[in-house]
Amino acid sequence: MSEDWKNIEEGAVIKHDPKKSPKTGDWRYMKPKVDKKACVGCGMCFGHCPEAAIDYDDERKADIDYDVCKGCGVCATVCPQKAIKIVSSS
Amino acid sequence: MNTNLAKYLAPGHSTCAGCGIPAIVRTVLEATKDPVIVVNVTGCLEVTSTLYPYSAWKVPYIHSAFENGGATAAGVAGTIKAFRRRNKIPAGKKIQVVVFAGDGGTYDIGLQSLSGALERQHDFLYVCYDNEAYMNTGGQRSGATPYGADTETTPSGKQSFGKREKRKDLMSIVVAHHLKYAAQANVAYLPDLKKKAEKAFEMEGPRFLLVLQPCTNLWKYATSEYVNIGKLATETNFWPLWEYLDGKYKINWATEKPKPIEEFLKTQGRFKHLFKPGNEHVIAEMQKEVDENWRRLMNLAEVD
Repeated sequence: MSEDWKNIEEGAVIKHDPKKSPKTGDWRYMKPKVDKKACVGCGMCFGHCPEAAIDYDDERKADIDYDVCKGCGVCATVCPQKAIKIVSSS
Repeated sequence: MNTNLAKYLAPGHSTCAGCGIPAIVRTVLEATKDPVIVVNVTGCLEVTSTLYPYSAWKVPYIHSAFENGGATAAGVAGTIKAFRRRNKIPAGKKIQVVVFAGDGGTYDIGLQSLSGALERQHDFLYVCYDNEAYMNTGGQRSGATPYGADTETTPSGKQSFGKREKRKDLMSIVVAHHLKYAAQANVAYLPDLKKKAEKAFEMEGPRFLLVLQPCTNLWKYATSEYVNIGKLATETNFWPLWEYLDGKYKINWATEKPKPIEEFLKTQGRFKHLFKPGNEHVIAEMQKEVDENWRRLMNLAEVD
């Protein structure tokens, strides 16, 4: 009897589940595009991207995950090589 | 998705496009290898990272209310202490308690709870991301809003030039609690922020970081510009980078020729009205305040 409280459901606990993640990529109306020739793979844009959407591709160039990219354009602003261009999404 | 960066806070959160808060959270949490427990005060970060049924957090996370970030962190730190006494946590294992709070939850509503937790010397790191207004509810003034800024509750117009009061000097309030480490940082300078967080994580007792976080909605600028505007805040001495450790002040970034405050103001819609005729005295007053604060800081700081 005294141990009943242990069976109470943990209603307020929400676990991280990527399957439930909203695809914030559909917010985007402008699209950042990496010029793979100009990109030197310095990684400046990685940390400043609000969505952590940028990682290296197989050739150590910046690669944007458009599932989560909201198209803010911060990556294009911080790129020292001006290798990221903002283009219309459509 | 960059899985390295998304170790603690995953994408899928709904912060506005071009918001710097996730970069602050990731940079701070990246600075430690210890397990962390995050306490989050009501604010932009809380409402955007925990949209039911999704949580962007991959670490243990508690949200309780607006006014009690310090008290909640004190409770968590106390629990860890009690578990340690009962040998439920090994003696050598450090667990970091990190509070993330906005300026509303720190400067105003949560000040008493933060003050209490600092004074009782609980073992936690408090990180305030300062976007200079209550942005979660649409941009009302807070104690962190600078003089002359146009907000929803201090609108500029014929009768008003925006906020009439000066920003609260929170760093002085925090330092007055005799804590070991406090630092002012800026989201535009992530390596500096990371260094400060690393330093803070190595210590015990209360530690405090105040991080400037330009806000696209309130400050009114293009979503791509938060890094540039953050940099201007430091380059004009509006937001100097400095730290306080064991009674000593140190300035982390300085220039011989700081830019005039107009360079920072003209990038933002919230200060647009200051460039209309008749409001010159507001800019002059702001420049005076910036210069005075800088001089005071220079007097406190030791030269390396």
